[in-house]
Amino acid sequence: MAHVPNPRPAGDFRTSYAADTALFRTRLEGRLTLLLVLAALSVPLWGSNYLLSQMILIGIYAIAALGLNVLTGMTGQISLGHGAFFGFGAFASAYFSSKGIPVLIAMPLAGLLTTAVGMIFGIPAARLKGLYLAIATLASQFILQDFFARAAWFTGGSYGSLAETASLFGLMINNDARYFYLVLFWVVVSFLMVSNLARTRDGRALVAVRDHYLSAEMMGINLTRYRIMSFGISSFFAGIAGALYGHYLGFVSAEGFTILLSIEFLAMIIIGGLGSVSGSLLGAAFILLLPQVMEVFAGTLAGIFPSIAQGSAYIKQMSVGAAIILFLVLEPEGLIHRWRLMRASWKLFPFSH
Amino acid sequence: MHVRVLASREPRKEGRGREGELTPDEPLLEVRDVSLRFGGVRALSNVSFAVRKGEVFSIIGPNGAGKTSMLNCISGRYRPSEGDILYKGASLMRRSINDRARLGIGRTFQNLALFGHMSVLDNILVGRHHMMKNNVVTGMAYWVGGARREELKERRRVEEIIDFLEIAHVRGEPAGTLSYGLRKRVELARAMAIEPDLILLDEPMAGMNLEEKEDMARYIIALSEEFGMTTMMIEHDMGVVMDLSDRVIVLDFGRRIAGGTPAEVLADEHVKKAYLGEEDEVLDALAAAEMEGA
Repeated sequence: MAHVPNPRPAGDFRTSYAADTALFRTRLEGRLTLLLVLAALSVPLWGSNYLLSQMILIGIYAIAALGLNVLTGMTGQISLGHGAFFGFGAFASAYFSSKGIPVLIAMPLAGLLTTAVGMIFGIPAARLKGLYLAIATLASQFILQDFFARAAWFTGGSYGSLAETASLFGLMINNDARYFYLVLFWVVVSFLMVSNLARTRDGRALVAVRDHYLSAEMMGINLTRYRIMSFGISSFFAGIAGALYGHYLGFVSAEGFTILLSIEFLAMIIIGGLGSVSGSLLGAAFILLLPQVMEVFAGTLAGIFPSIAQGSAYIKQMSVGAAIILFLVLEPEGLIHRWRLMRASWKLFPFSH
Repeated sequence: MHVRVLASREPRKEGRGREGELTPDEPLLEVRDVSLRFGGVRALSNVSFAVRKGEVFSIIGPNGAGKTSMLNCISGRYRPSEGDILYKGASLMRRSINDRARLGIGRTFQNLALFGHMSVLDNILVGRHHMMKNNVVTGMAYWVGGARREELKERRRVEEIIDFLEIAHVRGEPAGTLSYGLRKRVELARAMAIEPDLILLDEPMAGMNLEEKEDMARYIIALSEEFGMTTMMIEHDMGVVMDLSDRVIVLDFGRRIAGGTPAEVLADEHVKKAYLGEEDEVLDALAAAEMEGA
């Protein structure tokens, strides 16, 4: 990753190690983030149902993408089975809640169970790297997909399973506005967890394993342990996100959790920025919103040239693909890199260094 | 400042190879008849030596003599085909690589092995890994459970090392963007952060200009004089080796051909021949006998 300078504003000094390890580099950054969360809190008051549902989905995908970013971005291990872990979380939470466990407790429980499953499927990572590991995780995708279809006691088999509505102290979380707050809570918690991980011992160990595993081992880092742990962490967030997804739709079926979803998650973190916490959110928003922007684009195009109206669905799909390719060519380091460049340029203006 | 670092060293609780401390004449590290074979190639043949506590011990020899292989045997990357390596009186052969830090062995690499995308600070903090207790759960909780307190405490220790090695101005930079000389210095800082009893330096001066070499020499002296570490070093710069080392051994084609104080080694006939590439009848006869035996 290319290094982008990020000078501090005049007068904002760090005078303690605590201030230097703070989550936000500057006071302004912290306040802006807080403002963003507050603005998000107000969305149900003025936003349309459509906007709410989109934001809920972005939040859910962002949590799952964040998990994959711990595995792929921080630890450098590619996983092609993230979508299956996402699905496993959805089924697990539906299963727990059908056994009478309150949904809000079933969700973290599903996260923990997915962690365990993820670590089992992560065991090959002890020996495999790079493309070989990617193929091994592909196996976990297919094994889990098969499990979803066959384990009727757990998933309802080909019928799928119903996910109960969440409730908090008797208040049913049964509309988008309420569910939005639940998702927002988990988004904030997840992003804090991973940001904290990144500045503590085990987070550094994960990055050390990615950057130079030979010397990481010499520093006392147990490679096997951290490689498998990374699968566990990423599966935890996949599980939580899956649980949120299942209870949002109210119905979980195996068809949604194919390898396509796994690849979409990979696309989110690559487009957002590998290894970047906030990049996960940007990437999820990009992948979710792009088809809709392109739909409008295709619609407009069809309005101008009526002769292609029939093909507008294809145009939409093609432009989604083209946008992704263009993006990767022009900004291979992700949206977050673009954001950092912009930040550097206005901080340094009018001098470029 | 340096005294403060020294004072802040806590006695290592775990990892004393054997019960109690070493006796004064017991070596810190003892290599016994170590041979290393890759297929038909003998990288090391029956190399023996002992490193005493607190000394600067150097291995020299022409390219391909097996110096780095020897270091890799000690740090666990290679497992000797024969022989034994004793550290603090206990065998290292069955210990895994990631045990080394806890046992008190740190090393730097010949070809830089920093974590390129991490900041200099984080690189050095990784050296504290084996001493820290916060884990993935307490780390994520950060504010509750003590991770924050521990991180700040270790940060203070790391800053002391940064001050000592004079790399404060680059502490926030990603390690991969630094100049070669600075990267070598950061690597030394990372190895020092382990607080090792034995520090292995693989060509610490390679690719440095005179000024950087002088700085590095100062640091290496301080490792034993101020920090009480035992230094084992591979180096090609003869001036540096002869000035800094208490004792030197010479490897050639995987065999130990000489050993002793720098003056003794310099005067040795075998060493001269090895470096000038002349025929050495004594050693050739030895090798021939070895081939027949094997």
